[in-house]
Amino acid sequence: MAQDWKSFEPLLIPDIPNLQQIGVYEDNGGYNALKTILKDQGHWSRDHVIDEVKQANIRGRGGAGFNAGLKWSFMPDPDGGPRYLACNGDESEPGTFKDRKIFEYNPHLFIEGALIASYAMAIDNIYVYIRGEYISWVDMFQDAVDDAYEKGYLGENILGTDISIDMEITYGAGAYICGEETSMLESLEGKRGYPRVKPPFPAQKGLWGRPTTINNIETLANVPLVINNGADWYGDIGAEEHPGPVLYGISGHVNQPGVYEYASGVPVMDLINDVAGGIRGGKDLKAIIPGGSSTPPLRADQLEGVTMNSDSLKEAGSMMGTAGMVVMDEDTDMVDVLWRIAHFYHHESCGQCTPCREGTGWLEKVLLKIKNGEGEMKDLDLLLDVGNQMEGRTICALADAAVWPVRHTINRFRDEFEERCKKSVHAVA
Amino acid sequence: MAELSFTDEELKEIDKIKAKFPTAKAATLQVLWVAQRKYGHVEPEVQNLVAETLDLPKSHVHGVASFYTQYYKEEQGKFVLDVCTCLSCQLCGGYEILHHIEDKLGIEAGETTEDGMFTVKEVECLGACGYAPMLQVTNGEYVNNLTKEKVDDLIENL
Ligand SMILES: NC(=O)C1=CN([C@@H]2O[C@H](COP(=O)(O)OP(=O)(O)OC[C@H]3O[C@@H](n4cnc5c(N)ncnc54)[C@H](O)[C@@H]3O)[C@@H](O)[C@H]2O)C=CC1
Ligand SMILES: Cc1cc2nc3c(=O)[nH]c(=O)nc-3n(C[C@H](O)[C@H](O)[C@H](O)COP(=O)(O)O)c2cc1C
Ligand code: SF4
Ligand code: FES
Repeated sequence: MAQDWKSFEPLLIPDIPNLQQIGVYEDNGGYNALKTILKDQGHWSRDHVIDEVKQANIRGRGGAGFNAGLKWSFMPDPDGGPRYLACNGDESEPGTFKDRKIFEYNPHLFIEGALIASYAMAIDNIYVYIRGEYISWVDMFQDAVDDAYEKGYLGENILGTDISIDMEITYGAGAYICGEETSMLESLEGKRGYPRVKPPFPAQKGLWGRPTTINNIETLANVPLVINNGADWYGDIGAEEHPGPVLYGISGHVNQPGVYEYASGVPVMDLINDVAGGIRGGKDLKAIIPGGSSTPPLRADQLEGVTMNSDSLKEAGSMMGTAGMVVMDEDTDMVDVLWRIAHFYHHESCGQCTPCREGTGWLEKVLLKIKNGEGEMKDLDLLLDVGNQMEGRTICALADAAVWPVRHTINRFRDEFEERCKKSVHAVA
Repeated sequence: MAELSFTDEELKEIDKIKAKFPTAKAATLQVLWVAQRKYGHVEPEVQNLVAETLDLPKSHVHGVASFYTQYYKEEQGKFVLDVCTCLSCQLCGGYEILHHIEDKLGIEAGETTEDGMFTVKEVECLGACGYAPMLQVTNGEYVNNLTKEKVDDLIENL
């Protein structure tokens, strides 16, 4: 894999002009997976679809990497009442900007995936929740949904079968926390986006108390590929433990930032140098954040042989997250960067849990002090200590997401932080 | 403010929104959006109108409006410039862009120019990190890959 990653042909956002138009999508094999299933429901029973997707091991592209088919299998048997699929298009994790590509370039692939998921889980109501700032993408996506209704892929008696599935689009109004799945459910119900305590998981008690599955937009866009080509074919793409195509978002100090589709498992250094055109201004690499702001940073000297898949990144000391990689050059001030990340999490904490509400505030305050040259050595230990008191003690993972960058940035760039504290006005001894 | 109300056309739009969900409450966010597009903000009187229209407690609508940052709780400038200074934008000069705008307009982030034309804000990641630095104009258009010259052009042409 490591050598031939360049020969990969994009599957999620292939280079086909006007693919967002339903006719073009159909001409290129679009909606065939759905048709295949609906035409032969004896072969493609609901359980068979779930098993195929489970076996393919589509890892959740929202960042947690949970096996999509396995999640679907948690849905209880239908009892005649409503059941929901809630599609997560809230992407707000700093460094992440990939789901919008699907809304823009290949919306029907996602719609088809959501329909197959709904068939498999006997769901008849799909909600697509998009962040409010993406209003232009909401409008684009609405056009695609309207076309899918017109052509009979959505609505009553889909393609002449007795299956009826509706899709509604709704959007937020500015709150990162609404990407957390249970917060998104609260927001969909028209409330403040306070995350719920899990368990019960949404499959048991989701939207309006009914069975609900939440999947990321990119996750669902992978589903038609599995039905068309089989779980084995899918499993052979890229890295074994995290297979399939991945939308890599690359930003920061590179010559050609953007979203690029390759198989999972591309070597990190190749992504930076070959895909994103190398570091701006011919400078050296200092560090990366591999998959969104909550994933721990890695120093350049930690990247040898590291590839973009969950196991390799874990071994290196980080995580795959959303595959939104942020690249930092040799002149980057890690104290400034960490303070800005801490500011973000403090701003976005919903305030329900004391360790998160108070802790994110402390992290930001102490880091600001250090950044302003007023820090003391003991502040570094204070930061780590505050982090330890937050982690694992809250309703949702936002608190953990705030702690990880602090812990690992300080540990991996300790010199820089100590240097700043030594220079500070308090450094007497 | 004079007596507030939705027009028949707006009420029809609101009915359509309500039809998407099993409860009226679920329409809260979207109807606040309808109201903000009409009035330019959702000050408490506007929130009350939303509450009355959906037959929901005022406290519920106030709670929702105050939770989400895109709802303007007070009147804004004609154009709101939401400048992203978050991680990737910070790395690519987001703060320089913000300070340039502040200098140019003679206000600080969070303020509105005296002529009521511009409000400037510093915002969190807008999901355009590969096009940093960037800003969003009044909850709408994204302006990417900003330079000082591009900002000058934008402000002159708005
Ligand atoms: N895309 C974006 O913009 C952002 C992504 N993230 C990512 O989100 C991740 C954390 O997400 P969480 O949902 O808190 O992770 P999680 O690990 O708790 O859950 C992942 C998924 O698996 C399901 N699940 C897990 N265990 C289960 C069980 N025992 N039974 C039934 N279902 C189960 C959950 O319901 C959820 O859908 C972070 O790792 C981060 O990378 C964070 C912020 C923003
Ligand atoms: C604070 C926070 C924010 C999140 N934001 C998003 C998001 O914007 N988009 C997303 O798909 N998942 C987000 N997640 C992860 C979701 O909770 C959930 O794991 C995901 O939507 C499940 O879909 P998947 O299994 O298909 O990835 C967030 C998690 C946390 C803790
Ligand atoms: S951890 Fe933070 S963001 Fe999550 S529910 Fe608690 S206070 Fe809210
Ligand atoms: S950091 Fe500015 S758009 Fe993401």
